[in-house]
Amino acid sequence: MAQTDPCSIAGKFQPPKQRFEVVVVGAGQAGAQAAIDAARDGKSVLLVDENPVSAGLIGLDVPLYYGGRATAAVQNRGRMLEQVFAANPLLEEAFEAGVEVLLGAYAWGAFVNGPGLNALPEPVVGLADEETSWLCGFGRLILATGARDLALSFAGWDQPGVMGAGALHALLTRYDAFAGRRIVVLGSCALAISTALLAIERDVEVVALVEIRDRPQGPADLVARLATAGVPILTSHAPMAAHGGAEGVERIVLASISDPAAPSVEIACDTVCQAIGLVPAVELLNVLGAKLTFDGARGGHVPVLVGESGTSLPNVSVVGGCAGVAGGAEGADYALDWMRALMAAGDASTIVCQCEEVSRAALLGVKHPAYLGPISEGMAKRDVGDLSADGPVNQDQIKRLTRAGMGPCQGRRCREQVGLMLSLSTQTPLAAIPLASYRAPVRPLPLKVLADWEEGHEMSAGWDVWFGMPSQWVPYEDIGTDREAEHATILGGEIQ
Amino acid sequence: MSGANGASVVVIGGGVTGLSAAWWLARSGVQVLVLDKGVVGWEASGRNGGGATHYHSPLFHEEQRLWPQMDDLLGYSTEYQRERIIVALNSEQLAWYQYMAGIHRGFGYRVDDLDARQVREAVPLAGDNAIGGIHVFHGGHANPQRTVQAYAWALQDLGGRILQHAAVTGIKVEGGRATGVSTTRGEFGLDSLVVAAGPQSGMLLAPLGIDLPLAPARAEMIVTEPAPLMAIGGVDGNGLYGRQTLRGNLAFGGGPHEWIDVDETGPEARPSTPLLRNLSRRVAELLPKAAHLRVIRSWAGVIENTPDGRPVLERLASPDNVTIATMSAVGFGLSPASGHAIRDLVLDGACSFADLGKLRLSRFEGLPKDWRRERGWDADAMGVSAG
Repeated sequence: MAQTDPCSIAGKFQPPKQRFEVVVVGAGQAGAQAAIDAARDGKSVLLVDENPVSAGLIGLDVPLYYGGRATAAVQNRGRMLEQVFAANPLLEEAFEAGVEVLLGAYAWGAFVNGPGLNALPEPVVGLADEETSWLCGFGRLILATGARDLALSFAGWDQPGVMGAGALHALLTRYDAFAGRRIVVLGSCALAISTALLAIERDVEVVALVEIRDRPQGPADLVARLATAGVPILTSHAPMAAHGGAEGVERIVLASISDPAAPSVEIACDTVCQAIGLVPAVELLNVLGAKLTFDGARGGHVPVLVGESGTSLPNVSVVGGCAGVAGGAEGADYALDWMRALMAAGDASTIVCQCEEVSRAALLGVKHPAYLGPISEGMAKRDVGDLSADGPVNQDQIKRLTRAGMGPCQGRRCREQVGLMLSLSTQTPLAAIPLASYRAPVRPLPLKVLADWEEGHEMSAGWDVWFGMPSQWVPYEDIGTDREAEHATILGGEIQ
Repeated sequence: MSGANGASVVVIGGGVTGLSAAWWLARSGVQVLVLDKGVVGWEASGRNGGGATHYHSPLFHEEQRLWPQMDDLLGYSTEYQRERIIVALNSEQLAWYQYMAGIHRGFGYRVDDLDARQVREAVPLAGDNAIGGIHVFHGGHANPQRTVQAYAWALQDLGGRILQHAAVTGIKVEGGRATGVSTTRGEFGLDSLVVAAGPQSGMLLAPLGIDLPLAPARAEMIVTEPAPLMAIGGVDGNGLYGRQTLRGNLAFGGGPHEWIDVDETGPEARPSTPLLRNLSRRVAELLPKAAHLRVIRSWAGVIENTPDGRPVLERLASPDNVTIATMSAVGFGLSPASGHAIRDLVLDGACSFADLGKLRLSRFEGLPKDWRRERGWDADAMGVSAG
C-alpha cells in the first residue's frame, strides 16, 4: 500500500473562492467585447480590469510607463473609478449583458497544470484588489491584457517627464489625468503620430516629433495631418539628454545624426513621450507556460497562435494587443535602430535599469552592483563577450549578475532595451535572445495583500521548511546510532 | 587522456557541486572540463535560499571554514554574509530551533538563545508575535546566482573549461573504466569522470548498471522589493528558509514540494504556483514590519532527493575512475566543501577532511523498484484525483 507524503503539495490547495465559465482579463475594446459575446452566449463571465490602478503603482510605472506625469487626481479612487467607467461605454454594455464586471482588480497570476505542475485542483487566475487576494477558477481564460510601453534610455530619462505613449494615451483618455503641457514625441511611426494628434486634440502642446531615420516613418495621411497641425518632425536626430529640475524634464537636447558637426538642438518641454513601439503584454501567458515566439512584426515576444485566438493551452485564448501589436514588418528593426542611435548619442554611464541603477557600462561589463564594493581584478576583465562565448547570450543570466530588470517595476522599463543592447553588443539576432522570464505576481503587490490569510488546514498542517524528512537532518555522526531515532522524533517534519 | 577535446577530468553538471569540484581540481593543477545541458547554475544551484549552515553534514566544519574565504579564493563576490538569526513565532518552532542550537553547541560553535525582546532588537522587521529565537554566530548565506558564476569564472581563470548546452547522452566504458562521454556537442575523452548532474545523474549512470535512486521535486520561493538593510540579513524561521539580500530584498522559500518526473534533458518547465500566497503570509508573519512590501517575483526550482535525503558522495569501485555526487536537495551551502571532497575522491581516492562512509550508494541495496510510490513520492501521486 502506497503511503502519502504529508509534506508534498498533493491535496494542499483549496478550491478557488469563485468560479466562472469565462474569465476575461482586460476590459479594453477587445476584452470587453469578448466578455459581452461570451455572456450573450449564455456563459457566466467575469470581466476583470486593473484600472484604475493605485497611485502607488502608477508611481512605479506599472503597468504602463507613466513617467511621473499623472496628476494628483489619480489618488482619488472614487473619481478614478467613475472616470474609468465613463471612458469606456462597453463596460455598461457588459453589465447589461450580464457580465460580472470587476474594476480596480489585478490579475497577478494564472495557473494551469502542465509540465512540472500537476497539483492544482483546477485552472485558476490570481486576483487582488488593494486589500486582499483570492483565486478564481475558470473554464476559459481570455487574455486581453493589451500592450505596454517600450522604454529606451538616454541621459536624463530617469526623471519625471519621460514617459511612454501607452501611458500618455491612458492619462489623456481613460484617466483624464495628464500633468504635462508641452511635449516632444520620440518616433514618427503611426503610434507616434497618432499619439501626437491625440495630445493636440486634448489641448496639449506638441512641440515636435523626433526621428532618428532620415524620413518620417508613419503613413502619408498621418504625416499630412501632423503637418496640417503645424508640428514638425525632426528627422536624423537622436536625443542626447533630457535636462530638468525638481519637477522633472524642462528641455531635451538632440544631436544630428547625419551631420556630427552640426550644433545640438535644444527644445523646451515638460514631457518627452517615447512612441517607438509597444510591447504585447504577455506576462500572464509566460507565467501560464503558454508557448511564445519572437515576431518583430508583432511587437516582440508574442503567443504562438492556434487558429484565430487560441494559444498552446487549450483553455486560454488571447484577443487584442497581447496577441501581437501592429508594428509593421520591421518593428524590431526600428527599435534596434533607435537603440543603436541612443547608444551612439549617449555615454556608457547612462542608466539602463532605473530600479537597480545599472548603467550601460555595468550591464555590458556584467559587473556586480556598487553595493558589493570594489570590482575585483578578475571581474574587471569580464564582460558580456565572455558569457556570449560560453553559450548564447541569455538575458536572465545577465539579469542575475547585474540586477538589470530585478527591481520593483519588474523590468518593465528596461526588459526590452536590455535585449536590444545585448543583441547589438554581441551581434546576436534579437529573435535568438530568450525572453527574460516573467514571474508571478506580474503586478508588484504587498505581502499582506497576496497573503492567503484563510489557507486550509491541509496547507498549514503539512507545512515544512523543506521536505519534512527527519533523516535528512540527523547529524552525520549519529546516523546508525541510538541517537538517530531521537533526532528523527524531534526533527520530524511539519515544522509550521 | 583520450580524445583531443577531452580533459583529464570531465565533470557532468555545471551546478554548484560540479563547478566547485572542477574549481578544486583546477586549483590542484588538473585539466578539467565541465559539461552542462544548459547554462551554468540554471537549475537548483541558482534558485535556492543561499543558506550556509548545515550542521547535519560531515562537510559542516569545512563549510564553515571555507565560506568566509570564498570571495578571496574565487576572486569574485559571492555576497557571503556570516551569522543567522532564526525567529520562532510559537513554542513548537522555538523548541525545534533550540534543539538545533544544542547540536551546534555540541560541535563547539556559539549559538545564543534570544528572548522576544532580543529578537526584536536584532531583527528590526520582526514584530510582537515573535516569542524568541536563536542567534547562530557562524553559518550565514550567500547569493546563489552570483556564487555559481563566481565558481565558473574562477574555474576559467585557472584554465578550466566549461561547455554549455552540451547535454551528455552517454558514458563510454572500456576495460572497466570510463573513457569518454558523448554529448550533443561531440565526444570527449577523459581519465576520470565526475557525475554531478542533479536529477539526471541516475539516468546517466543507469546504462553502466549503477542504480542511483533519485526523486526530483519542485519547490518555490518568493522575493520582495528591498527593505532597509538589517544588521544581520540571515533571518528566517516560521517554517521558512531565506534571507535579506545585501540589496535589501527579502527572499524566502519553504512549504510543500511537488514530486515530478524529469527526463534526460532536465525539467521541461519550472512553474511556480499560487503557493506564493502561502509564502507571502508566512513572510508577513515572520517580519510584520515588512508586510507592506511588494512581492516582485516568485520562482521554482527542481531538486533531487535520495530515499533518505542524504547525499551520495563516492568514488565507485567499478568503474573506479567515476565519482558520483548528489547532495540530495541540500547542495548550495555545502558546495565549497563538497567540491573539496570530490577533488580528494578523484585525485586521492578518499576525502582528506571528513568521513564519507555513510554516504555510499551501497546503503540503498535492496531498495524496491517502486520505492517512490511506497513513500508517496511518485509524480502520479500529486494530482488531485489521485491525492
